[in-house]
Amino acid sequence: MENAIKKYWPVFLLPTLAAFIIGFIWPFIWGIYLSFHKFTTISKTTFVGLSNYVKVFEDATFVNAFWFTAKFTIVSTIIINVIAFMLALALTRGLKGTNVFRTVFFLPNLIGGIVLGYIWQILLNGILTNMGLPLLALNANYGFWGLIILMCWQQIGYMMIIYIAGLQNVPGDLLEAASIDGATSFQTLIKVKLPMVMPSITICSFLTLTNSFKLFDQNLALTGGEPAKASQMLALNIYDTFYARSGPQWKGIGQAKAVVFFLLVIVIALVQLYFTRRKEVQQ
Amino acid sequence: MKKIIALVLALVLCVALATAACAEASVYYLNFKPEQDAQWQELAKIYTEKTGVPVTVVTAASGEYETTLMSEIEKTDAPTLFQVNGPVGLANWTDYCYDLAGTDLVKHLTSDAFALKEGDAVKGVAYVVETYGIIANTKLLEKAGYTVADITNFETLKKVADDIQARKDELGLDGAFTSAGMDGSSDWRFKTHLANMPIYYEYKADGIGSTGAIKGTYLDNYKAIWDLYITDATCEPALLASKTGNDAVAEFVGEKAVFYQNGTWAWNDVKDLGAENLTMLPIYIGVEGEENQGLCTGTENYWCVNGEADQEDIDATIAFLEWVITSDEGRKSMSQDMGFVVPFDTFTGEYASANPLVAVDAALTAEGKTPVSWNFTTMPSEEWKNGVGSALTAYAAGTGDWNGVVTAFVDGWKTEYDLTH
Repeated sequence: MENAIKKYWPVFLLPTLAAFIIGFIWPFIWGIYLSFHKFTTISKTTFVGLSNYVKVFEDATFVNAFWFTAKFTIVSTIIINVIAFMLALALTRGLKGTNVFRTVFFLPNLIGGIVLGYIWQILLNGILTNMGLPLLALNANYGFWGLIILMCWQQIGYMMIIYIAGLQNVPGDLLEAASIDGATSFQTLIKVKLPMVMPSITICSFLTLTNSFKLFDQNLALTGGEPAKASQMLALNIYDTFYARSGPQWKGIGQAKAVVFFLLVIVIALVQLYFTRRKEVQQ
Repeated sequence: MKKIIALVLALVLCVALATAACAEASVYYLNFKPEQDAQWQELAKIYTEKTGVPVTVVTAASGEYETTLMSEIEKTDAPTLFQVNGPVGLANWTDYCYDLAGTDLVKHLTSDAFALKEGDAVKGVAYVVETYGIIANTKLLEKAGYTVADITNFETLKKVADDIQARKDELGLDGAFTSAGMDGSSDWRFKTHLANMPIYYEYKADGIGSTGAIKGTYLDNYKAIWDLYITDATCEPALLASKTGNDAVAEFVGEKAVFYQNGTWAWNDVKDLGAENLTMLPIYIGVEGEENQGLCTGTENYWCVNGEADQEDIDATIAFLEWVITSDEGRKSMSQDMGFVVPFDTFTGEYASANPLVAVDAALTAEGKTPVSWNFTTMPSEEWKNGVGSALTAYAAGTGDWNGVVTAFVDGWKTEYDLTH
């Protein structure tokens, strides 16, 4: 067996590697290259130096979108993880119907973002109309909370599954020892379970953080950035720069925004990983 | 043995690729209008049967044309025929547009105005002329005690609409106008088509055809017509933000409203009401002398031939287009099946459009009314339209004021224009 792997490893590795290079590395390098150019199509480009990057930071809509995205990311990451963890706790206690509930909570995650966005738009607008309040497209605050509700509904089930897996892996002897030592269930949770599921917390907060920061489909479908870009997130801002503008210079600026966006996501994700990893314990 | 099979398979693949690469001249049309996809496919098939030249027609999804074109044009088998929406769209694609000057396509155009020019080079030719205005249900209008002749300017339009709105319950209506939905499926009727009116009058007053800084001379008129649309309507103005194009169609076809702003392309949606019950009114906005104003007629669909394609493909494409506008099959398909008004001199007699709304336009022009030209092709960008659209929505709902619209219209125009030029 080992010999076979030694001999045939390229057969297993190369297709994936090739796909990764073709689908990710190569477009990424092109993306960086194009961010220094002015272009309509990528076969005809003119070098413009750093001017695209200068324009990115002069663009007030990009800065606004950044703050909106940052607020959204913080709020949604906290809410999703807290609720998902609580659900996971509730559904690992051996109650009746646990499996049904797990399935039900997980289901929303199987629906695509665009579809969800439109469905929730109809739902929320219906409620707002009945209450006589301005619709989603008219008030950025409603748009913000609408997006939070939508994201929670979609993501909580997925995170819950990861937490359940984590909680089920907490060794029974540790829990038993804790109860013999007279720990209350709250103390067990804080002192035993939480440290033990820290790897799950790392994963879940990483996923929610990056998903929220990169959110596009739901933003496009639910609010479309209305009113007047006040609920526009970074990914949608980049998309609009690229496609809603006429003239070749915008493509380069959009591309430069995408590179800046990439760097932001990387930095945020690394910082988060550093802090949550530190809290992980060895079994 | 396995090696041999692999070798054979590889060889077959190479041969297949090689033959594909050296096929003879072909035509690839990236079509913009999903409504007419079936007819283009049919035409392509007929042409291939007749001449042996393969014609591929691909239709981009609604609203995805630019993105599709952008990726398609990079391919080895790039579209040889695509379209732009006018001068602003041409700015993106001018490098790819083959100069059509001197071809029969240009010679057959009924007016020079339908050629999209850059200097002396003809970069695009219009293939469909469209008209929009206020589609009116004359049956309901008469039920309310009016005729089309009663509406000759903004003042009379407002009087009639206000009266109908006041008596809507008695008449069994929801309102005079269909909902002016500001959802993405409908907002272009107002941020683009209706916004053309103040721009048209400003250009006319200043004697220009485009500008880098719009003054907004006629914005009060724009406000007047918008106020009319949102007050004498089937729903509360605050709800417009989520109303769709389908909502407006449903209200109009369901005979819940008398007026519906849209164009000749909407004929299929409203034809169930019967041609005898439908007409189209000019969009009056209260400008001096507007009694003589006709419908808004123009085009934002120009064929462009990809100049980067191989010369034989370019020739094949031009030959295909010439066949479309001169052959019986092509003329029948475009005029009758697609329902287009085609601006080529070969479309006469039985190949004139059968669309009743087009006939209204022709009748008005014959009466001596001046058609309003389509100046929204000079709007600086999609971004500008979106800005105006957001401001209109906010104004309608009461979360913004009219100054917001003025700012988006005037300042937004200058900002966007300067950014592009």
